[in-house]
Amino acid sequence: MSEDRRTFLKEAGCAVLGLGCGLPFVRGALAITQHGSEEEAQSSSQWAMVVDLEKCLNDEVRAVSAAACHREHNVPDIPDPDDEIDWIWDEKYQDVFPDQVHEHSPAEMREMPVLVLCNHCTNPPCVRVCPTKATWKRESDGIVMMDQHRCIGCRYCMAACPYGSRSFNWRDPRAFIQRDDNGEMPSDFPTRTKGVVEKCNFCAERLREGKQPACVEAVHAVAGGEGALTFGNLADPDSEVNRILGEKHTISRRVSLGTGPNVFYVV
Amino acid sequence: MLQDAFRGGRKYWVLLGIWGALVVVGLAAYGRQLSEGLHITGMSQDVTWGLYISQFTFLVGVAASAVMVVLPYYLHNYKAFGRMVILGEGLAVSAVLMCALFILVDMGQPMRVMNVFLHPSPNSLMFWDTQVLFGYLLLNLVIGVMTFEAERKGAPPPRWVKPLIYLSIPWAISIHTVTAFLYSGLEARTFWMTAILAPRFLASAFASGPSLLILLALILRRFTRFDPGWEAIQKLATIVAYAMVVNLFFVLVELFTGIYSDMPHHLHAFEYLFVGLEGHSALVPWMWIGAVLTTVTVVCLLIPSVRRQERLLAPLCAAVILAIWIEKGLAMVVTGFIPSPLGQITEYAPTAPEIAISVGVYALGFFVLTVLYKVVVNVRERLEAT
Repeated sequence: MSEDRRTFLKEAGCAVLGLGCGLPFVRGALAITQHGSEEEAQSSSQWAMVVDLEKCLNDEVRAVSAAACHREHNVPDIPDPDDEIDWIWDEKYQDVFPDQVHEHSPAEMREMPVLVLCNHCTNPPCVRVCPTKATWKRESDGIVMMDQHRCIGCRYCMAACPYGSRSFNWRDPRAFIQRDDNGEMPSDFPTRTKGVVEKCNFCAERLREGKQPACVEAVHAVAGGEGALTFGNLADPDSEVNRILGEKHTISRRVSLGTGPNVFYVV
Repeated sequence: MLQDAFRGGRKYWVLLGIWGALVVVGLAAYGRQLSEGLHITGMSQDVTWGLYISQFTFLVGVAASAVMVVLPYYLHNYKAFGRMVILGEGLAVSAVLMCALFILVDMGQPMRVMNVFLHPSPNSLMFWDTQVLFGYLLLNLVIGVMTFEAERKGAPPPRWVKPLIYLSIPWAISIHTVTAFLYSGLEARTFWMTAILAPRFLASAFASGPSLLILLALILRRFTRFDPGWEAIQKLATIVAYAMVVNLFFVLVELFTGIYSDMPHHLHAFEYLFVGLEGHSALVPWMWIGAVLTTVTVVCLLIPSVRRQERLLAPLCAAVILAIWIEKGLAMVVTGFIPSPLGQITEYAPTAPEIAISVGVYALGFFVLTVLYKVVVNVRERLEAT
């Protein structure tokens, strides 16, 4: 077989393959380009949080963090768990880290309450599946953002999130927001409408003003809560989060999935 | 041709009236959902997709199955499907229409549906699904209308239709493949994350779709003077039989991997389906009904002397549709959410308004199908009279 013919066959074969698998090829190419931009984003900045499990055993610490967050973002207080909206909340250790417990783990460890929130993943599945780019990974600081005005409420992101970090507004949330005596909302953060998905935004609105996230600020005001939550930039080698990650034994949720969570836990 | 839709006997109008009434009931329930939100459904923060998305998945299969008449007729010149092809295309059109509506009623913000086209996101499988479904609807409409119009005039269809017909064959495969990818690409959901999901979807589609087509053909034979042909019906029955065998094989392959590997998160979903998980067993009776129906239909349809009897074929086809509907329209989607990523078992059952909306969407699809078939029947009757 002549060299020419072989090259031709090879190229033709590639072309047929390419046509046949057009979809995955396009997706693959997209994934590569996206990956590139994600890496750039990370090199510029990536906000991260370190949760100290032991310090968070203090009930008050966990309670104030959730209360501060939900007040800051006008998160409704819906009693029915089917409709409940959560940005930061407690789960049992065994449910948060199913691969870290075994049948002989002590019960108090399995049942230990752990604060959970959106992991602002480096490779977020929710962003990958969103059909309208209503949720996206912000290049400047790695926050997984939500545009509540673009979200069509298809809930594909909720099927894709391996952490259960997203909540859907099954009903109008405004009736369930705790107002003060004058009927005012707890904060001027925009309230949501029914039919859209929401989640923790790492307090993007506070970071813009140079403040720490509401949950972090709140725990530091509680006795024994100092250092329970630490927030900082992973791209900055001198940041407090990097110092802790470099010195202590930390874990993050379901690492084997490859999502790259940016919330870490000091064991 | 179109005027045939407006001329019909009493039975035709009664049938349309029934579909219309059901659509009105569905619309009323949908009005409530629009004003109160999706909280009136049985879905929850743990089980975020339910009856609507399940019906969507089931109906994509019905739509794709038109290829089972198009392929033998156009690619292998199998003449017996000559009068069946247009029925398959009509079924595909109404099925895609129902798919689109089921997606729409599932949306929290249906007014923003155009965002899918205004902000195209090729990294989302849902984007691709809208594209392939819309394309498939157009293909079937154009092909169906052009070939049928040509036949009515006794002339060959325009030459440009042929490439479209060939294109519609892989396109049919693509709609169900992309729909399976919607689920199987999610690392969060072990139950869906299996490479065999797309092949399984196709196999079950090629069983349920042609079964529905057989039932429709049998109805037309009985109530009109148009006969799609016994040979064609029999060929479809053979297709259904082998598609059921392949589907059963795929299900068993899946079960083997889960059960033999004994990995808890692979096993949980199957436990939930067939024996119940930690006392939660809403789907167990359904799954066993499905298993019995599958076994009975596979055995009976494989015996030629059984599937050749019209009085047995009709119930067998109905049983196939029910078995596949239980598998795809009931269990497949919901079980992906059980247990939740945080280990919670939240069960799901559709509510009355949710069922009413679903029935309304089906009724609208069957309304369109009735009108389409009415036109086909009238034209055929005239053709055969001359």
